[in-house]
Amino acid sequence: MSGRDAILGAIRQSLGRPELSTEAKRGLNEHITKHHANLIPGRAKGDRAQLLKRFQDMAEGVSCTVEIVADETAVPAAVADYLRGNNLPTAVTLAPDPWLSGLDWAGQSLLETKTGAAGIDDMVSVTPAFAGVAETGTLVALSGAAHPTTLNFVPDYHVVALRTSQIVGAYEEVWDRLRKAYKQGRGFTMPRTVNMITGPSRTADIALTIELGAHGPRSLHIVLIDDEKEQA
Amino acid sequence: MEFMKPGAFKDNASNALADENLRSAMAMLNAGMIPNRQGAVDRLPEFEKLSQRGRELKDHVLGNLDFYLERFERNCKAAGGHVHWCSTAEDACQAILKICRSVDAKTVTKGKSMVAEEIHLNQFLEKHGIEPVETDLGEYIIQLAGEPPSHIIGPAIHKTKDQVSDLFLKHHAKLGRTVRQTEPPALVNEAREILRQKYFDADVGITGANYLIAETGSSIIVTNEGNGDLTQTLPKIHIVITSLEKVVPTLEDATTFLRILARSATGQDFSAYTTISTGPRREGDVDGPEEYHVILLDNGRSAMLGGEVNDMLRCIRCGACMNHCPVYQSVGGHTYGTVYVGPMGAVLSPALLGVSETKHLPCASTLCGRCEEVCPVSIPLPKLLRQWRARAFEAGDTPNLERWGLWIWAFFARRPWLYGAAARLAMRGLAWLGRDNGRLRNLWFAGGWTDGRDLPAPEGQTFQERWRKRDRRVS
Repeated sequence: MSGRDAILGAIRQSLGRPELSTEAKRGLNEHITKHHANLIPGRAKGDRAQLLKRFQDMAEGVSCTVEIVADETAVPAAVADYLRGNNLPTAVTLAPDPWLSGLDWAGQSLLETKTGAAGIDDMVSVTPAFAGVAETGTLVALSGAAHPTTLNFVPDYHVVALRTSQIVGAYEEVWDRLRKAYKQGRGFTMPRTVNMITGPSRTADIALTIELGAHGPRSLHIVLIDDEKEQA
Repeated sequence: MEFMKPGAFKDNASNALADENLRSAMAMLNAGMIPNRQGAVDRLPEFEKLSQRGRELKDHVLGNLDFYLERFERNCKAAGGHVHWCSTAEDACQAILKICRSVDAKTVTKGKSMVAEEIHLNQFLEKHGIEPVETDLGEYIIQLAGEPPSHIIGPAIHKTKDQVSDLFLKHHAKLGRTVRQTEPPALVNEAREILRQKYFDADVGITGANYLIAETGSSIIVTNEGNGDLTQTLPKIHIVITSLEKVVPTLEDATTFLRILARSATGQDFSAYTTISTGPRREGDVDGPEEYHVILLDNGRSAMLGGEVNDMLRCIRCGACMNHCPVYQSVGGHTYGTVYVGPMGAVLSPALLGVSETKHLPCASTLCGRCEEVCPVSIPLPKLLRQWRARAFEAGDTPNLERWGLWIWAFFARRPWLYGAAARLAMRGLAWLGRDNGRLRNLWFAGGWTDGRDLPAPEGQTFQERWRKRDRRVS
């Protein structure tokens, strides 16, 4: 008997029942297809201004730095100023994302940019994100041809450009947006990797002292583009 | 270092109590972990309700485990992944070896995985000529030291900063790092720089999984360092080693657990990195693994289902029970001699290894109940510990002296008048012995207890006498 049949058989024997009936399976299937949210905490709710403030407060609480810019054209200058102001390297790897790499990077003479996945010597990455979650100041990044996962982990310094309209209250709202964006037939297919990123890399493995930059980025800077002004 | 054995618990404990380094390391655990968790719980008013929902979800999954595992397998395969069902530790090791050999792997990087510890994967890979490189800082430290983990989320929690300094100098000197670093930032940085190239050189990356999602066929890891992500993104193959009970129905259900896991474990609102992985790299992707394998390990879990220790399968491996256990706090994790330690280990290990092998572990508890209070999925750990004690007694694993003691106690307990008389006699006798200063320096039948402290002497009356005198009123 294969491992699979042996294990499923052992499970059923311990549960004292045979394989579930078609009807029972239908009920469980419904649990999956309806995928109802369980309890969503109050801190994930609020009006736009409250959620944006909570996102920023929570992100800063886990050692992110946050800068708000008026529109997307200000992003390259904001990145250049941030790097210069913190005395960081100015060779930057951009995500090969059409929107991000389409911004006017050439106008920043200080920066030396390239696009692609991250190599071992890359020190700074700039990426977009799929969403921000106010509940815990979390960024959500999805992998794909335009969004290499290595950019989130290999470079020492990570800068994320996020639009305020991408900020939601609860994780569940991200899953709703994800299901719509990755719809396939009646269901959806997850991207290869969904990274929920809450602050820079950290460890407390030596004497329970918290240190940043254990293996991933030493810092995480969020450039927040205020694209909700008109609605407000 | 030779693996400590669970059968040597009592000797291990004596040695641990005399170990100054261990005492200072464990004191930091007490000062940090307990208030951190409490702070995180206090910041989320819905914590109890979320815990309750988590408990219900786990019970629901366990009752329908076959369905959710089959659904997970179907969706994992649909996304291009491979699922390997392994009944035993040996099956799991062999499956991993086969995958490693398919790319002629020389080195394997590893994220933190308790299931990998459970199957002793590192020793197995080394025996077959493959070098496993632990990348979680705590795991890396104990790999250098040749020790097993002493805590399920902080594997090197028993090591002081000075011990880490010595260890790094000893092992890194040959790599040109001849300066003994003494501060955590420099130590963390040294490990970071040494491990960096390893991620890029490894042929296979192995991680654990905190959850599997049936709905999407995905695995989830929750980490703070980012080592798990480098481990699973850079090599050609990503292997996930995990066990049956980790499956949850939907993304929303996983989210409920994510809200209680970090808060219970480290006292963070959310860990730095929560990563959901589904299958291998997609068309057009410029990074990510080309193959994605999930090793589904049983190793005794299917036999626990529906039985006396069924509730233990709800465990989400947060470590809160050990952080709050007065026995664990005193003796540390190595004393247990098993991979899983503290209260959860004392319940799980007898189920995985047999009660005869591990009979001391369920006794290593005062049954104070703090573990159950802080367990985010309400596992009745004290009740399960008592059950294992009863099983050990039935199996004849209890030492004779203890059996006689229990027999004598039971003889009196069944005869209340005799019990009362004996208790009165004993209380008066002890009061007389301690009449000088109200303390007993040593008792011939409880030397192990009085060696380390004095016993306050009874005042001469039994509880029942005083209870009657107060007219059975509490105040």
